[in-house]
Amino acid sequence: MDAKIYDVMILGGGPGGLAAGLYAGRSKLSTVIIEKGIDGGQIAITHDIENYPGQAKVDGMSGQELVAPMTEQCKKFGVERISDTINSCDFSGTIKKLVGNKGEYLGKTVIICTGAMTRFIGCKNEAKYVGKGVSYCAVCDANFFEDFEIYVVGGNGIACEESLYLSKYGRKLTMLHKGDKLAVPPALKQQIEENPKISVMYNVEVDDLGGDELLSEIVVKNVNTGELTTLKADEEDGFFGLFGFTGKKTTGMFEGILDMENGYIKTNEKMETNVPGVYAAGDVRVTPLRQVVTACADGAIAAMQCGKYINTLK
Amino acid sequence: MLDLTKENFAAEVLEAEGKVFVDFYGDGCVPCAALMPFVHQYAEEYGDKMKFTSLNTTKARRLAISQKILGLPVMAIYENGAMIDSVVKDEATADSILEMIKRHI
Repeated sequence: MDAKIYDVMILGGGPGGLAAGLYAGRSKLSTVIIEKGIDGGQIAITHDIENYPGQAKVDGMSGQELVAPMTEQCKKFGVERISDTINSCDFSGTIKKLVGNKGEYLGKTVIICTGAMTRFIGCKNEAKYVGKGVSYCAVCDANFFEDFEIYVVGGNGIACEESLYLSKYGRKLTMLHKGDKLAVPPALKQQIEENPKISVMYNVEVDDLGGDELLSEIVVKNVNTGELTTLKADEEDGFFGLFGFTGKKTTGMFEGILDMENGYIKTNEKMETNVPGVYAAGDVRVTPLRQVVTACADGAIAAMQCGKYINTLK
Repeated sequence: MLDLTKENFAAEVLEAEGKVFVDFYGDGCVPCAALMPFVHQYAEEYGDKMKFTSLNTTKARRLAISQKILGLPVMAIYENGAMIDSVVKDEATADSILEMIKRHI
């Protein structure tokens, strides 16, 4: 039996991929979303979103709550779902191929929605302490640091939001920001400044980490003077937490295959990459703003473009 | 799958004979919840070859820390009172957990 050739293959089940799926499915294109984990991408682990236009609970809702209807909408419009990790691709022919751990998948078009997970701080010995003090998931790990000291790398919106969340657990929280001021709206800045548990160290980046088995030392470097300062965990505590919300990592799978810029995929305003029939949507692409709303918009545009492109193949 | 507590952890895991699989999870840990159905499936398939257990670390924080765990999810294999293998955080996927189980049966 010949392998199924989908009209649209969507790589990634975050908001970008789900929006693309919804639009493609509703346009009666045979569509599949391939996702290795759970739906939602970065916001699956975000406990509180308040800036998605039209969100059901205006005062705030979790990423999971926001995404669940998107998953249902895809189901409603007949989008197929495959759970697999894609490791390589072949876009050389008219029929595109994605190769995963469990199989190969064929389609006339591909929409890449692999996102940009915050998954590194970029300091020495980072890998040694992941899960032993270093974390990138506040909802997963805040509990371990209840009444302990917490450090947060970053000075952007996410770092501030997650710091406010983590400050409910930690005894004390210090943000380590490489800039000289927080790059966030005034209201958020005020919340940080008024929180008695939170303080900010400016102009620093994390250089190195230390500790026997659990993280108990952070070496920070002043970005202007190069001076190193060692932050040590309280002796009684024995460890502290370091949460990173700055390093954005995209998949490296398309280097050499698609035009990229700094690890992000280049597209035009129709979400077209340099390869006909291949599109990108959401955080993975070069874009001035990475939010749920922009990912969804990108996904919708890409899906509709897929439909138009497929018509030209006939 | 056996539910572990801080009261029974030593007896059921550290002092157990043979290999023991431990799923360390927590309330609010979304990735943990996503992996749970797969772990239950593996417990059914391989439960005769290995003991499958899970520990809610939200209710047993100090115990988790004593096992050098400060981040979730952690899927671990214990033998003779020590953790001999594990997949942690992003490394922990349905596939990698199954591969780890197969390494030890």
